[in-house]
Amino acid sequence: EFRRFSLERSKPGKFEEFYGLLQHVHKIPNVDVLVGYTDIHGDLLPINNDDNYHKAVSTANPLLRIFIQRKEDADYSAFGTDTMTRKKNVLSNVLRPDNHKKKPHIVISMPQDFRPVSSIIDVDILPETHRRVRLYKYGTDKPLGFYIRDGSSVRVTPHGLEKVPGIFISRLVPGGLAQSTGLLAVNDEVLEVNGIEVSGKSLDQVTDMMIANSRNLIITVRPANQRNNVVRNSRTSGSSGQSTESSLPSSTPNLLGNLLQGEEESDEEDIVIEDSGEPQQIPKAAPTSESIESLSQIELLHESTQNGFLPSSEMNLNHSAGSISMEYEVPDPGRKSLEEDGTIITL
Amino acid sequence: MRRFLRPGHDPVRERLKRDLFQFNKTVEHGFPHQPSALGYSPFLRLMAIGTRSGAIKLYGAPGVEFMGLHEENNTVMQIHFIPDQCQLVTLLDDNSLHLWSLKQHGGASELREEHRFTLKGPPGSPPSATQITAVLPHSSREVLYLGTESGNIFVVELPSFRVLEDRTITPEAVLQRVPEDNCNRRSCELVEALREHPKNPDHILIGYSRGLIVLWDLQNNKATHHFLGSQQLENLYWQRDGSKFISCHYDGSYTQWPVSSDNRQPEPLENTVPYGPFPCKAISKIYWQTTKNGLPYIIFQGGMPRASYGDRHSISVIHGSQQTAFDFTSRVIDFFIIFSSDPAAEFDDPSALVVLAEEELVVIDLKSAGWPAVHPPYLASLHCSAITCSHHVSNIPLKLWERIISAGSKQNIHYSSMAWPIDGGTNIAPDPPQRDLLLTGHEDGTVRFWDASGVCLHLLYKLSTVRVFLTDADPNDNMNTLGEDEWPPLRKVGTFDPYSDDPRLGIQKIYLCKYSGYLAVAGTAGQVLVMELNDEDAEHVVDHAEADLLQDQEGYRWKGHEKLKTRDGPVRFEAGFQPFVLVQCQPPAVVTSLALHSEWKLVAFGTSHGFGLFDHQQKRLVFVKCTLHPSDQLALEGPLSRVKSLKKSLRQSFRRIRRSRVSSRKRRGGSGNASEVQEANAKFDQDALQEMELAPVQRKIEARSAEDSFTGFVRTLYFADTFLRDSSRHCPSLWAGTNGGTVYAFCLRVPPAERRMDEPVRAEQAKEIQLMHRAPVVGILVLDGRSTPLPEPLEVAHDLSKSPDMQGSHQLLVVSEEQFKVFTLPKVSSKLKLKLTALEGCRVRKVTVANFGSCKTDDYSENDLAVLTNLGDIQIISLPFLKLQIRYPCIRKEDVSGIASCVFTKYGQGFYLISPSEFERFSLSTKWLVEPRCIVDMPEVTSNNHVHNKSGTENAARKS
Repeated sequence: EFRRFSLERSKPGKFEEFYGLLQHVHKIPNVDVLVGYTDIHGDLLPINNDDNYHKAVSTANPLLRIFIQRKEDADYSAFGTDTMTRKKNVLSNVLRPDNHKKKPHIVISMPQDFRPVSSIIDVDILPETHRRVRLYKYGTDKPLGFYIRDGSSVRVTPHGLEKVPGIFISRLVPGGLAQSTGLLAVNDEVLEVNGIEVSGKSLDQVTDMMIANSRNLIITVRPANQRNNVVRNSRTSGSSGQSTESSLPSSTPNLLGNLLQGEEESDEEDIVIEDSGEPQQIPKAAPTSESIESLSQIELLHESTQNGFLPSSEMNLNHSAGSISMEYEVPDPGRKSLEEDGTIITL
Repeated sequence: MRRFLRPGHDPVRERLKRDLFQFNKTVEHGFPHQPSALGYSPFLRLMAIGTRSGAIKLYGAPGVEFMGLHEENNTVMQIHFIPDQCQLVTLLDDNSLHLWSLKQHGGASELREEHRFTLKGPPGSPPSATQITAVLPHSSREVLYLGTESGNIFVVELPSFRVLEDRTITPEAVLQRVPEDNCNRRSCELVEALREHPKNPDHILIGYSRGLIVLWDLQNNKATHHFLGSQQLENLYWQRDGSKFISCHYDGSYTQWPVSSDNRQPEPLENTVPYGPFPCKAISKIYWQTTKNGLPYIIFQGGMPRASYGDRHSISVIHGSQQTAFDFTSRVIDFFIIFSSDPAAEFDDPSALVVLAEEELVVIDLKSAGWPAVHPPYLASLHCSAITCSHHVSNIPLKLWERIISAGSKQNIHYSSMAWPIDGGTNIAPDPPQRDLLLTGHEDGTVRFWDASGVCLHLLYKLSTVRVFLTDADPNDNMNTLGEDEWPPLRKVGTFDPYSDDPRLGIQKIYLCKYSGYLAVAGTAGQVLVMELNDEDAEHVVDHAEADLLQDQEGYRWKGHEKLKTRDGPVRFEAGFQPFVLVQCQPPAVVTSLALHSEWKLVAFGTSHGFGLFDHQQKRLVFVKCTLHPSDQLALEGPLSRVKSLKKSLRQSFRRIRRSRVSSRKRRGGSGNASEVQEANAKFDQDALQEMELAPVQRKIEARSAEDSFTGFVRTLYFADTFLRDSSRHCPSLWAGTNGGTVYAFCLRVPPAERRMDEPVRAEQAKEIQLMHRAPVVGILVLDGRSTPLPEPLEVAHDLSKSPDMQGSHQLLVVSEEQFKVFTLPKVSSKLKLKLTALEGCRVRKVTVANFGSCKTDDYSENDLAVLTNLGDIQIISLPFLKLQIRYPCIRKEDVSGIASCVFTKYGQGFYLISPSEFERFSLSTKWLVEPRCIVDMPEVTSNNHVHNKSGTENAARKS
């Protein structure tokens, strides 16, 4: 079923209104739907909040293709930055889900109905040899379950190959979160912990950082096995800049938004028991004008050290996107690396 | 991105920061670790001590201190002052010589290294040819005579260290001029001693190891006399008039030899084995001092009967019929005698014997009857029993200060009243701004009170808690009671005594209230003593209470040590701090936190099991709170055993490191080949690296949980008068923070003063805060309505602090090892936080509020947090906005004991142990800086005594 209607580009309004409008034009007022759109690369991306809705509208050229699925039989795998390679399939899946017989259809609910336990994030802004993994300790009772050790890795420097000290995953505890995600493996080199580079830090320091961040741990690793890396055609075809630009505003800010929220949440979970009563979570104080300034300043100070994590979602998206991609795409000669064991040598 | 987001780069604030904060390591207090050499200049009246790590420290009058460090970090073997100069030469164990000078710079003297030199032999000669064994700075001040292992005596010019080859005194030249009766080439191996003739600078006495002694005429390059000793020579010493000299020997004997013009090969006048007839140990150094009354002092090191007293570290003084063998607590490094340095004086008239032992400095007054010891104003042995904790109290009221000094002076009656004899140089540092006390707790159950106001850390008073308890050691067992005719006449001197009778006596926490004179100390076996200062001796019963911290927790068995047994009945206490109540924690685990509120007369204490509050006015336990998690078995079974084993393994690993260092040093000993050494070191390092790679250290990454061990461990206790329940009424409160990130707050009801004895103190738990990151809570603080930390108890009553603002809303600052968090009060809601570990990977080890004054204006000061991290960095964090102001690297992160020992003062200074016996003092403040500043003037050469006296009077004039 196709509908075509016009929308004022300069005043797109709120997502809620847009959602209502869609339900109205399709005459499905009480049906929960998933909304998606194709960006300029043909990636199918979700629209579920104001930010990505605005981005979608701004990318319309001049036509914006919107896909609507019932929530009950939605195919979530269709969404994502990688969908371009599968564009045909995706579209046919979306358009004719019944014809797609290879995959048995499994109904799963929206991601937010589950507590995530792990995710790969920032795929689009990291070099392909790196992987940024987020472990949500809060969502599970499983132990994090891994060990780290000192080691050395080979880097390419202006003086040729050099052995530099590094931190590596040395052991995964069977049944632990780290092992069950399948995203981390023994001998993966740890490059960053929650956005902070570990180079120059001692094993004990990195241990303390990881434990301090254990409720919401984001580690960037260089996997020992580079064969499972995601190969991004868009990159190799030379349009990486565009791709980054297109995908970032839609996905990364969301993630970062969640991330920050998550962080805040986990911190405000301190519990107070007043007069031996029931335990309560400690609320955040309504800050006075004086302290709000200092508070935000402090938060900014923190975040500024976490490469590329945005301090707040209110920030100008384009600006932040630009600065993020800058951070990662300006190649740092000292950080280029050579893998010893893989068949692929990446610089 | 950082560029865009860096906040608050306010130029005004930046300027203010420069006026407030500055990091300096200012002075080292205590006794140098591993001293290895001693020197003294009678001309400058300065003493020099060299150490095994290559440091050299000069000391004169109290406050006159200099320090230098050899780049090589090699052991200092010998120190020699150049006669009548502000210069000294050091010999290191790598056979290098270094010339140091004291030069005035910017109004104060500084010690600087001027030249260095390594003696080189002819190509192909063995290293022993140039291995220096004896150094003689000639009184002409132009040359040094260097005796070597090969028997050659080289002459080098000063200060250039140019070798004057034509003036070398070779063994061949010596043998040619000595009749060959009993001498051969081997007689001239290894120069043991070189001594200049006291009256004739052209003659020097050369002592060779095998016993041959030659008096050498430098002008005519010939031997004028030779003396054939039958025993292996150790050292030589001239009598003042140059008519005789004395030699000491390996067999424990000493010999007097006449020097006269008519006999070229004299026989000994007298040969004595002072502690014979049985075989004796060597006498390694000897002095012969003349006096007006004709009886000389003969002072020598060693010579004890080998079999029965061979293990003693002794120095004997013989004066006529008086003879005493001073028995030192550790190995004697070296000693010297202070005597009349006026060359015109007829006699030596020795006044003091100064002995550098491995662990302490001992000075004996030779002028007073009985030869009592002199109390040194500096170089105190902090480690006479191992330091277990320290506590600093700033700005002591004069009254308390005087009472402590008077209590201390009663303990020091056995010391000589002699003025400190090493009094060179002038202290020009300004008087210390305030009276500061540093209290150190020791393993043997003592607390020492040090005057930490100035450059000299000086012992004021020593408090022992041992009398309260029954220990195995009998206090009446006096080591010094030796019979009259005891032989040898040994007398113990010194205070170094590292052996503790009972480790349970160890002091773990100290809290002194400077206004009331109340002192609380807590120890290893769960004992908490509350004391009061009394100016008189007293005999009384110490009240005794037990605090069962496990309460009704059942099924647990304490497997640690037992509590200490107490003495029944009245106990006699000397003037000073006298205990009046003992609170015994059960189980008797080590006390981990302590707080005293002298106004409310309450003492709070915590262990790994919980905490309690005791009313020391009514002598009644107010409440106990068990903080144990039911699954924490380890804490219950007696953590001490495990902690101990951890400590032991740490110690072992340190020992291993030390051993490897020592062995690498030994390897390089003798060979002067630097590249070889480097190569060996590089190889060693590489081996170590490989070893590390073979057996990687793993670290477990796991979130903390409530079930972890030692979560109940009470880390901090804090009294505050604040708004705990509602914002209209404030009340006394007690706060406790645990290792598991829990904060407990108790509301206290203290009866008013007039009914204080009649009504009980009541407590009720008001709040319990669980930090979700569960890191140990290391500090709790309440800020008043002006965001100023609440004053100390009685501070307001003594008009020394503004009363806190009780109108505005109070805030609670909780410092965990990982984060700083500010909460509102009375309703706890989080307001502000600063994360440390998540961002930097470091953890808070020590935190204190410090007041920083501006160096520019007197009317600005602010309170900040001074924080020491586990990486040894010091950070200053602003209050109440928790902004990092500045960061300084201070202690090496490997120096775990240094970091653990650190204490901050209330005005931005601090102390930490750089060795078991030395505190390094540092300052974070531009305003409060205690560092040595002194001048050493060159006295005129001809009448140094006179000039010295003049500088002494000047000194006195300056003081008055």
